[in-house]
Amino acid sequence: MPVRLYLSNVGKSFTMHLQGGTTIPVVSGVDFSVDAGECVVLGGPSGAGKSSILKMIYGNYRCDQGQILVTVADEIVNVADAEPRKVLQLRKDVIGYVSQFLRVIPRVPAVEVVAEPLILQGADEGKALAKARDLLTRLNVPERLWGLPPATFSGGEQQRVNIARGFIAHYPLLLLDEPTASLDAANRAVVVELVAEKKQDGVAMVGILHDQDVRDKISDRIVDVTSFRAEAA
Amino acid sequence: MTDFFNDDPLLQVNGVTRYYGDRIGCRNVSFQLWPGEVLAIVGESGSGKTTLLNCLSTRLAPTAGAIEYRMRDGAMRNLYQLGEAERRLLMRTDWGFVHQNAADGLRMTVSAGANVGERLMAVGDRHYGHIRETATDWLGRVEIESDRIDDDPRSFSGGMRQRLQIARNLVTHPRLVFMDEPTGGLDVSVQARLLDLLRRLVADLGLSVIIVTHDLAVARLLSHRIMVMRHGEVIETGLTDQVLDDPREPYTQLLVSSILQV
Repeated sequence: MPVRLYLSNVGKSFTMHLQGGTTIPVVSGVDFSVDAGECVVLGGPSGAGKSSILKMIYGNYRCDQGQILVTVADEIVNVADAEPRKVLQLRKDVIGYVSQFLRVIPRVPAVEVVAEPLILQGADEGKALAKARDLLTRLNVPERLWGLPPATFSGGEQQRVNIARGFIAHYPLLLLDEPTASLDAANRAVVVELVAEKKQDGVAMVGILHDQDVRDKISDRIVDVTSFRAEAA
Repeated sequence: MTDFFNDDPLLQVNGVTRYYGDRIGCRNVSFQLWPGEVLAIVGESGSGKTTLLNCLSTRLAPTAGAIEYRMRDGAMRNLYQLGEAERRLLMRTDWGFVHQNAADGLRMTVSAGANVGERLMAVGDRHYGHIRETATDWLGRVEIESDRIDDDPRSFSGGMRQRLQIARNLVTHPRLVFMDEPTGGLDVSVQARLLDLLRRLVADLGLSVIIVTHDLAVARLLSHRIMVMRHGEVIETGLTDQVLDDPREPYTQLLVSSILQV
């Protein structure tokens, strides 16, 4: 299978100016690749830099060193130095991000929150909403909630709305930031199914997953982030 | 959204500088704005945000620098070399300006319908029935009941006035809208409604927006890109979530860490 994502010698540190300019090294020399249809899980204890790596791939954190190469059709884009509008284009069509936290937008009903990414990719609104209802059903979000804005939902309900939103569109590269944290077994099983379907579609995935059972079921390979530990300067 | 990834910028700003006597308003600001892009200018009071916005919108001539705008015919024109008639036409039709204080952007003694209709007449619409119909439609889009069309904005609440000002600006389908603290001074539930409305209209109409705000939550919700200003200069710029989640400059880190968590 073709390589979808390649991180080459990626490094990141934070300089905390409010704490006297302390530099906190996060990772250095990060080097791995992910093929289409493959799910790579980042391993290592909390604080090893797993989330920072995902956020750099999404362009949410800046990348200080190295390259983050994403294959887009017949073009290769380096996220590490891409212009903001290029990154936004990638997020619309190429890179998806599923996190456990929903950023609530006032007054937008759950079903529209879920359908939005697919509509932005140019899908017919009716079809996108139908797919959104289908995903909400699969993730056991009660139908009476679909027309309501998720601001008042429970944490678990918001999380499942967010998972539906993350999986609805077709992104060749999907980042999973602990999507199953605190989900019950039935919903974890749904996420495992959704990931399997994405693999069938040739989607490359990078995940952070603390649930051992989910991890065993979906990971094709584990990349141990502790080997990219940056040393304090 | 269709021309969002068009390669031609709508606005090209080079080295814009404005002095007030020997004090700096803003200094050496350069950036490009693309169609469909929402740019937030953030920073504390006195950082030069509004000076810059006024320079960009031809309300205040810069001391130095150039601002070029892509006219509807596709040609880039230097804004400060436009004739007065051309400049006025641009401001009345192709641009919008949403003031913090709605009274600055509305005519307070004429009806809500006339406030919206006036912009239509500026672009040559003379058919009363059509103007009234369009005005009613726009009042609906900004969630003002149609039975308020003949009331003047003095009888409106602050939030309604602000929504009316937005309708007045958008009715001519401008391509670029400047906003100066559009949610400032409104209470939070009114703010949330206005923000959601703005977010939808901006996306539906594919507007380019330059919005000045000191509220980082507003910037996060509405903007794609952010410029942080301090002492008249742009000190940090980038994707909105990148600047807010991974701020690099000491001042930006201070701003981000000063947000109250609810």
